[in-house]
Amino acid sequence: MTTVRYATAPGAGLALGLKDPVHGAQTVFRAVLRAMSRPGEIQDLTMALGPTFAPPHPLVPAAAAVCLALLDLDTRLWIDGGGDGAAAYLRFHTGAPIADAPDEADFAVIADGAMIPRLDAFSPGTDELPERSATLIVQVAGLNSRTGEGAWRLSGPGIDGTADLAIGGLRDGMAEELAVNFRRFPRGVDLILCAGARVAALPRTTKVEAL
Amino acid sequence: MTVPATTQDSGYNFAYLDEQTKRMIRRAILKAVAIPGHQVPFGSREMPLPYGWGTGGIQVTASIIGLADVLKVIDQGADDTTNAVSIRRFFARTAGIATTEKTEDATVIQTRHRIPEMDLRDDQVIVYQVPIPEPLRWLEARETETRKMHGLADYGVMHVKLYEDIAKYGHIETSYDYPVLINGRYLMSPSPIPKFDNPKMHEMGALQLFGAGREKRIYAIPPYTRVESLDFEDHPFQVQTWGAVCAICGDGESFLDEVITDDTGGSMFVCSDTDHCGRRVAAGHKGPGGPEEGE
Amino acid sequence: MYVAVKGGEKAIDNAHALLAEERRGDTDVPELSLDQIKGQMGLAVDRVMGEGSLYDPDLGALAIKQAMGDLVEAVFLLRAYRTTLPRFAVSTPVDTAAMTIRRRISATFKDLPGGQVLGPTFDYTHRLLDFALAEDGPERKESAEKTDEGDGAAMTGPMPRVTDLLGREGLVERETGSEAATATDAPAADLTREPLGFPAGRDVRLQNLARADEGFLLALGYSTQRGYGRTHPFAGEIRMGEVAVEIVPEELGFAIEIGDITVTECQMINQFAGSATEPPQFTRGYGLVFGRSERKSMSMALVDRSLRARELGEDIVAPAQDEEFVLYHSDNVEAQGFVQHLKLPHYVDFQSELVLVRALREEAEARRREAAE
Repeated sequence: MTTVRYATAPGAGLALGLKDPVHGAQTVFRAVLRAMSRPGEIQDLTMALGPTFAPPHPLVPAAAAVCLALLDLDTRLWIDGGGDGAAAYLRFHTGAPIADAPDEADFAVIADGAMIPRLDAFSPGTDELPERSATLIVQVAGLNSRTGEGAWRLSGPGIDGTADLAIGGLRDGMAEELAVNFRRFPRGVDLILCAGARVAALPRTTKVEAL
Repeated sequence: MTVPATTQDSGYNFAYLDEQTKRMIRRAILKAVAIPGHQVPFGSREMPLPYGWGTGGIQVTASIIGLADVLKVIDQGADDTTNAVSIRRFFARTAGIATTEKTEDATVIQTRHRIPEMDLRDDQVIVYQVPIPEPLRWLEARETETRKMHGLADYGVMHVKLYEDIAKYGHIETSYDYPVLINGRYLMSPSPIPKFDNPKMHEMGALQLFGAGREKRIYAIPPYTRVESLDFEDHPFQVQTWGAVCAICGDGESFLDEVITDDTGGSMFVCSDTDHCGRRVAAGHKGPGGPEEGE
Repeated sequence: MYVAVKGGEKAIDNAHALLAEERRGDTDVPELSLDQIKGQMGLAVDRVMGEGSLYDPDLGALAIKQAMGDLVEAVFLLRAYRTTLPRFAVSTPVDTAAMTIRRRISATFKDLPGGQVLGPTFDYTHRLLDFALAEDGPERKESAEKTDEGDGAAMTGPMPRVTDLLGREGLVERETGSEAATATDAPAADLTREPLGFPAGRDVRLQNLARADEGFLLALGYSTQRGYGRTHPFAGEIRMGEVAVEIVPEELGFAIEIGDITVTECQMINQFAGSATEPPQFTRGYGLVFGRSERKSMSMALVDRSLRARELGEDIVAPAQDEEFVLYHSDNVEAQGFVQHLKLPHYVDFQSELVLVRALREEAEARRREAAE
């Protein structure tokens, strides 16, 4: 039978969630929606989250806020390299069950983009049910809308022509894996990149070209 | 007319839906944006308005809207049709947000059957109410079959149907809810907008979201995305023309509604987009049978 | 002359005022109380609770009053309220074998342990209008005195289900997942949270049928009897009464009772089937609905059995066997909304069709003239 979950009192020292669960979640969601609709465009959540929002190490504010806005009992979460603190924090605030393996996750939090597992470790959905695919929340060292050495040129739905994005601290070989991800459309995973309080997204429809 | 934000009705959560439902819908919307044109099933809730009257659009709007938004609701292009009034009131009451009839002032536009004449901007979202989200439904009643067709991008039946129209009538006989191909992959219903509006969807600046409440599907077109109306080389897609102008504002380019004026076959044409028409009148444009005659 | 259609807001306000006036009717007549509706129109309340998917007789009565007796509208009101309610717990499966029985009959055996209990039923009434009921006044004395012989009084003795008795001999198929459900961890599906998917599991189908429009199920069940997917049904047992609802709070680890609800259960025994591995045995169809709704629970059991055609290897040839057809069209809240949405303005699409038809006619006329020349 299905068990009933009752909220328990927060553990001592557990960091707080969004200050306003209703309007805060809405603001974060709209930023993510805009990021997903305009791949490569950077959204800044600094103002929305406020100075007191301080999730436990190694979670950065943007990644924690995205989780709090989108996860709940109905989403299975995989945490890669987050440690016990991140897991306890996300479990308490969202109630999301922890997946046993990456390919069972609806959402995955990758604490360090430099150590991200191969993208084919996550569920890409099926041709008939491509929405049953993982969304990866990837923490990276930096996000900048600059061009030139080390930046990527993005094109596809949501982008008026092309957009350039420089991502700091993402594992080598990701451009090639994202190209594979792009080619298997409609299957594929979608990435939400987080640096500090900044967010950008790379849905499966975005074509990535290293400059 | 813009009505400023007020306080919301305190009996329900902001924008009526509970937070868990909103999260579920928000997740569906994000996947819909990531897979343009693909219908994402979602756990549609019963709303206090009947199915068929915009419950899908309302759930999408309720899940995206916030205190900073300004909402415009149109039905048949008009802000003052009863169902548009009713939905606008619902949000003014349950979310206390500002509403407007001015297209340029809106951040979120919920619509039934039309796209505003004015180009929509990159900071706007348009939410369509959808009765039957499956473009192949009239050709194949079974969900299990249409799902396979989308999985394989097997849209031969639709091309055959359109070609049979041409053979029979010399034209494609679909004048509204005219099927479109999104980013070269998914066949999609644009909702029952007139095919006149289809070209506006192509590379639109605004994010386009579609909600079908009774059928429990959400889909989307990101901004700047290829939207092609199906056609054939020898029978290119064409939109309606009237050979008439709006009696009120004189516009010959907008979608015109025919209004029957007497019982001997007399009729006149007026803009379906009431905001567009009003803006032209304010700018000094005048049609052959202006509003003063009606007053 | 054109007068722009304005004033939608005012029109809506006026419509609401007129509706309120109609609802109240003649103010010289006392207003109906919810207790009157609940107590004297109980079967209407039961139907609204069942199709409204919310067990609350007070709210059911309120919905009926507000809907002026339009039961489908009342169902809609209850559903729209239900969807806003938080979910505290999921109950364990109710045990209908432990029901406090008010009615229990079997058509397959003359007598059986626990006996036949007729209970309150229209079955053997002569459908003659009782003009005595039309008279107001002091409480009328019921003409027939109740006897204590079985019928009427609630039965609390052991009353095993007919299907369990047959099951002991292996004559009827075992229900996978009903008696066994308490022991399994798989949660039942819930289509109020997850949209229908196909092929649909039996849990989804039964939930859909339990919420389905009674008239729709009645017609479908009837069609199976007339040969559109015949299943040779026998009413193995119909029982009505009160069952306990229990939940198991995680921190307690054992079941606690949170209340009683009235339900009607129907177990149909159908055409036997056998295979290389299974000896021939009867199959089943199941119906369970809130309140006293015998017609619906029987129809539900017929349709449930028909929808099992795929798993039982039967040809799918009739509407009642077609799960997409049945499950997509059974919900009267969905159906009434979409049928009635046709009264919303559609003039933009109609205009598009007008433009097209006129163009086609002009072309046809031109071709005709050309041919004549």
